[in-house]
Amino acid sequence: MKRILQLILMAIITATPPIAMAKTPGEPTSFSAQRGEKLWNRQFTVSGQQRSCASCHTANPRQAGKHVRTGKTIQAMAPTVNPDRLIDQSKINKWFKRNCKWTLGRVCTYQEKGDVLDYLKSL
Amino acid sequence: MKTLIFSTAALTLVGILGFGIQGAWSDSDHMKRLSTGVAPVTNPLYQEECGSCHLAYPPGLLPAASWQGIMSGLDDHFGDNAELDSDVLQQLSNYLASNSAEMSAYRRSQAIMGSLRNSRTPSLRITELPYFVHEHREIPKRIIELPEVGSLSQCNACHRYAEQGSFSEDDIWIKGIGHWDD
Repeated sequence: MKRILQLILMAIITATPPIAMAKTPGEPTSFSAQRGEKLWNRQFTVSGQQRSCASCHTANPRQAGKHVRTGKTIQAMAPTVNPDRLIDQSKINKWFKRNCKWTLGRVCTYQEKGDVLDYLKSL
Repeated sequence: MKTLIFSTAALTLVGILGFGIQGAWSDSDHMKRLSTGVAPVTNPLYQEECGSCHLAYPPGLLPAASWQGIMSGLDDHFGDNAELDSDVLQQLSNYLASNSAEMSAYRRSQAIMGSLRNSRTPSLRITELPYFVHEHREIPKRIIELPEVGSLSQCNACHRYAEQGSFSEDDIWIKGIGHWDD
C-alpha cells in the first residue's frame, strides 16, 4: 500500500508542469492552461501604461512577437513551434522575474507561473 | 597562428599610435574597421544576456562610467526590468569595463571619448554622446520616424553591419530607402 502511494505521489510530481520553481509548502500543485491564457492576455496598469504578456509576445504565443520598446523580434514562446523554449530552468526563472515585474509590476506567484507554463505547453 | 597574433598586435599598435599610414594597410579589413568602426562584440554571454531585447551594443560605444551606471540600475533599464544574477552581472561588468570606449584603439571609440572631454558624468545613453549627436545631426526626422527605424537607438536599422562594429557611411542601408549619404 505504501509502495502504491509512493508511486502515485511520484506520478503527481512528475506530471506537475512547473519545473522551474522551487516549491514552498502550502503552494498549489494544480495548474490550469485556461487560467494561464487569461493571465497572458490580462491588462495591467503599470507606470501609467497598459501592459500584458501579449504586449510583446502577441495574443498568440505560437507566433513571433516584437519587443514593445525596441522593436526586436521575439521568437514564438510555444514549445510546439519553437523547441528551444522552456527547456532551461535558469532562463525560465530569469525571464519570469524580469517580465513579471515589468508586466504586472510585481513578481508572479507560483500559481501564475505554473498556469502560464501549462498554457504555453498546451498550444 | 603566430603570424596572426603578431599581425593583429602590430595593427592594434598602429591604431593606438595613430600613425597616418592607413594607406599601407588598405587591403586589411581589420584596419578598415579600426578606422571606421568600434570593436565587435566577442563575448557570447554578453550577446545572449544583452542581445535578447536589443542589439548587443558594442562596449566601445560608451565610456566605463556609463556602463557602470547602466549595470548598477538594471532593475529600471530605461523603463524595462533587465535584472541579472549577481555572477552574470559581475562577469558582464568586467567585460564592459575592459572593453569600454577609453580602452579601445578603434577610431570611433576614441572620437567618442574625445567628444566627452572632461565630462565627469557622461550620459548613460549612446544617443546623447556629443560625438553621436554630431554625427547624426543631418538626419531628417522623417527618416528617424520611419516604421523600420523608429529611433536613433536602433543602430542596425541603418548601419547594417552594426553588430560587427562597422559604422562606415558606405555600409549605411535604410530599409525602403537604400543607401544614405549625407
